[in-house]
Amino acid sequence: MLKIDNLHARVEGKDILKGLSLEVKPGEVHAIMGPNGAGKSTLGNVLSGREGYEVTEGSVLFEGRNLLELEPEERAAAGVFLAFQYPVEIPGVNNTYFLRAAFNAQRKARGEAELDSMQFLKLVREKLKIMQLSPDLLNRAVNEGFSGGEKKRNEIFQMALLEPKLAILDETDSGLDIDALKQVAEGVNALRSPERSFIVVTHYQRLLDYIVPDFVHVLAGGRIVESGDSSLALKLEEHGYAWVAEHGEPAGASA
Amino acid sequence: MNQPARTPFVAALADAPLPASGIAWLDQARRGNLEAFADAGLPDTRVEAWKYTALRALAQRSFAVGDAQACERVVDPSAWAMAGIDGPALVFVNGVFRGDLSVLDALPAGVSLQPLSRALVDEPEALRFAMSRHYREPGDAFARLNGAFATDGTVLRVAAGARIAAPLRVLSIGAAAGHDLAWHGRHLVEVGEGAELTWVEQHLGSGEQAHLATQLTDFTVHADATLHHVVLQQAGAGSSLVRRSHYRLDARARAHLHVLELGGLLVRHDLRAELVGDAAAFHTHGAFLPDGRQHMDTQLAIHHQARQTVSTSTWRGVASGRGRGVFRGAIVVNAGADGADASLGNKNLLLSAQAEIDTKPELEIYADEVKAAHGATVGQLDERALFYLRSRGIPQAQARTLLTTAFARAPFESLADAALREHIQQLLLARLPD
Repeated sequence: MLKIDNLHARVEGKDILKGLSLEVKPGEVHAIMGPNGAGKSTLGNVLSGREGYEVTEGSVLFEGRNLLELEPEERAAAGVFLAFQYPVEIPGVNNTYFLRAAFNAQRKARGEAELDSMQFLKLVREKLKIMQLSPDLLNRAVNEGFSGGEKKRNEIFQMALLEPKLAILDETDSGLDIDALKQVAEGVNALRSPERSFIVVTHYQRLLDYIVPDFVHVLAGGRIVESGDSSLALKLEEHGYAWVAEHGEPAGASA
Repeated sequence: MNQPARTPFVAALADAPLPASGIAWLDQARRGNLEAFADAGLPDTRVEAWKYTALRALAQRSFAVGDAQACERVVDPSAWAMAGIDGPALVFVNGVFRGDLSVLDALPAGVSLQPLSRALVDEPEALRFAMSRHYREPGDAFARLNGAFATDGTVLRVAAGARIAAPLRVLSIGAAAGHDLAWHGRHLVEVGEGAELTWVEQHLGSGEQAHLATQLTDFTVHADATLHHVVLQQAGAGSSLVRRSHYRLDARARAHLHVLELGGLLVRHDLRAELVGDAAAFHTHGAFLPDGRQHMDTQLAIHHQARQTVSTSTWRGVASGRGRGVFRGAIVVNAGADGADASLGNKNLLLSAQAEIDTKPELEIYADEVKAAHGATVGQLDERALFYLRSRGIPQAQARTLLTTAFARAPFESLADAALREHIQQLLLARLPD
């Protein structure tokens, strides 16, 4: 589904990713862990097409297409979804209106029929149950005045609605208390399927107690230096990231 | 005094024959205003109030006074149709009252509404104070022209205690003529004690004409009365429009103003409010969206003259193309206006490199225990928000429109009338297509 090969990326003239390789197959959940400044968020931003991230070397294929050539909205329509670490507040844009615009834009881009407002509202009500979000959040402006937990749950709710093939969760656990964390994880687990893949980017192992990954990768210095199964996360928790540096030579990821 | 050489603009109007009213004081006021106009001409940018609005191009043009064929001009009433709003309306074409297009039957109880041309015949003395005014400030050129030449407009009175739910409308429509015209509307609106009124002022025009219109409106809002004033400015693309709105608020009177500036080529709006009664409240909201080569200048001046008076002002500018927006918001709290509470904000978006917005908030405070806040910003669309929308699949152009529309719509969210709110939303969407 996703094949990242020797990816190098630069932000504001500074090299952040330095040869990252990763392959994600349908249905797999990959956790990317690493210390601050390792390039974790850069990976999500490069994959979703944010401006200001310059790819200097390497390739990213998504279902055989060159992902890096696509505009952000084209990547979304192709099935890539980024759950933001800091969801953006957009005053004056109604949440439901935004969701429907996004939903229908993706369908249109894929040559599928758009939903009218009644059909869409029905779908929204079904998906709301999954995230246990209060319906009145839908009538507010996008993320405006939402609590930290509401913002993150709103991200997962959007994911449930848009049904991407590949979801990248960028430090979705940051700033969440344990209850909110569990709710977010439940939402994600409800969306796991043999066709849908996840890249879960996190600093802490805690989230992986609830979203159990198939693979764990350690990102340090802009490349993956260690890969393993979910037990790797526990080792990291026990020994800290310093352990990785001592533990061995940087290795290319194999999944 | 050195007389500056007359520009074509001044020459064409200064020697035009004044309308004859048969009313001595009115003829005298008109003569006085025309003389003052001819002497001073148009203000240049050295006059502070016109610093950002140059009239050089206008000064080189000449306009004929009034339209003798105004009553035969064909206009399409569907241009001002508004879903959910079909109440009384006064329609003026090229400045002349058109009874055939107006809707004046079925006026609600407590409302007296008639064209100025008729009121001047029926009850001239009642209009004497307003119509015999002389304009003495530098930069009053257009008010002087209006004082000299205005023969039509609106006289509206709402009786004490009458609460008028349905909006009343006045429509000023510019229609193509064989030549460029100058015409002038004079409007007097009085809301009686404890009464309530929604007054919708619309400016429309065909794209083929390049007329100049001046509009001068006095609002008197008596004690405990409420005025909702909505301005939808969609004047013709080549036209010039100079408006002055004057508000006087008595004790506990409230006025809510919403202004949407979309049309015209050269547009100037002076808003002056005097909060003369204790606890009077004036809330202004507006958006101006100059595009192409449009120039839109809003000058807001609010005078707090009594205790516990309140004013809020929320204005947004969106400039694209080579559009230019000007906003000056002045709040003056007079000595003795203790406990006044004033806030003013003007946020602006520049959507192109050639667009320009000049904004200047001003505060002058001479009283005690006053709360005052003001701020102005000029910026571009929020790139983070734009990326967020695009990352969800919304194409870039649509995402930009979505954000721009939301930005421009913000001042109208406080508009009480749902039909008007929806109409404004539609106007903004049509202006900013996705």
